[in-house]
Amino acid sequence: MKICYYPGCTLKTKSQALDQTARLAALALGVEMEEIENWQCCGAVYPMARDEIATKLSAVRALDYAKHNGGRLLTLCSACHNVIKRTNEDMRSDGEICSRANNYLQLEESYRGETEVLHYLEMLKTVVGFDNIAQKVVKPLNRKVGAYYGCLLLRPSGVMAFDNPENPTIIEDFIRALGGTPVIYPFRNECCGAYVGLKNPDLPKKQSERILRSAKEKGAEEVITACPLCLYNLNEKGSGILPVKYFTELLAEALGVKS
Amino acid sequence: MTVKEQCENVKRMSGTDVRKCMKCGKCSGRCPAFHEMDIKPHQFVSLLAQGRIEELLKSEAIWSCLSCMACVERCPRAVAPAAVIEAVRDTVIRAQGANGMKAEDIPPMVDELIPQQLLMSAYRKYNK
Ligand code: SF4
Ligand code: SF4
Repeated sequence: MKICYYPGCTLKTKSQALDQTARLAALALGVEMEEIENWQCCGAVYPMARDEIATKLSAVRALDYAKHNGGRLLTLCSACHNVIKRTNEDMRSDGEICSRANNYLQLEESYRGETEVLHYLEMLKTVVGFDNIAQKVVKPLNRKVGAYYGCLLLRPSGVMAFDNPENPTIIEDFIRALGGTPVIYPFRNECCGAYVGLKNPDLPKKQSERILRSAKEKGAEEVITACPLCLYNLNEKGSGILPVKYFTELLAEALGVKS
Repeated sequence: MTVKEQCENVKRMSGTDVRKCMKCGKCSGRCPAFHEMDIKPHQFVSLLAQGRIEELLKSEAIWSCLSCMACVERCPRAVAPAAVIEAVRDTVIRAQGANGMKAEDIPPMVDELIPQQLLMSAYRKYNK
């Protein structure tokens, strides 16, 4: 099965491990991630001001491409997913943003939020199925892993509709399917400090240490994430309390496809 | 622009109805940047409702908000404090010469590991 895929800038540069392990694992699971043509940077943050249009257009272009190529758009980076999914909701439900974006783009047929935006984790759960993944595991994890959700996959939950924002379970189910033991810890949906580190380096440090300490106290041996910025903050500002990896690295490991 | 116009503009940009706030403080209680903020998330909502935009435009808190949306998630009245903070910050940085980060600030920050996502996020949040 082929599915349109939006990689984003960071997965082509500093986070190639996320992109590559995801592609390898998907192939082993019968899913071919087809990179969309001429994608542009999503902007990394969803612009909240109602009068921001230009900063949303790259997401709309990707969504419109996917609309004509299977109707689904697969994302992997949490930030791209957040921006594209929230922009899609604007195109679906905010008449003013929709008409202004379409007025600029002059597409043959207006884009109105028709595409389904699917995060890689959602694809694993709903398209492949965790049961099927469990059957393909050749090297079970056999260790305690803490899922780190952060903000972008979960919030705002009314739009993201990813999981319960206060008590999510999808990454824990994923860890279980790979033969690992998920560790529930209180700070798994807390913010890592995000981009504010460039203004105030203390905040990501404080947040990252708190998150990793909380995971370690509950017995985690490592932590997994879907976000390059979370990985950077946790690894670089988190005082090495626990190792942090991309969730796809564990998937590739368990499926035996990691080079 | 008059204070009243500026106020209306920020309300429109935020897309949230600050009059619905019941001052419970749950937004600030959940905010991971609370201790870094001179004006707290619930106060952004309240000061905007009172038309006290000048105080908000001088706030340092606009540079500390993480856009983590925890305040939005917790608000029992469907108010979006994060959107108010962003509308205030956008109003500040959209003025000529008032960017909180300039293109030339970026190269010295780049190291081997820093992800593009971080540079792009900060630049989009702090520069117009
Ligand atoms: S979005 Fe900003 S104000 Fe709201 S909880 Fe997060 S850091 Fe605090
Ligand atoms: S949580 Fe909502 S209702 Fe409560 S103080 Fe904050 S904005 Fe107002």
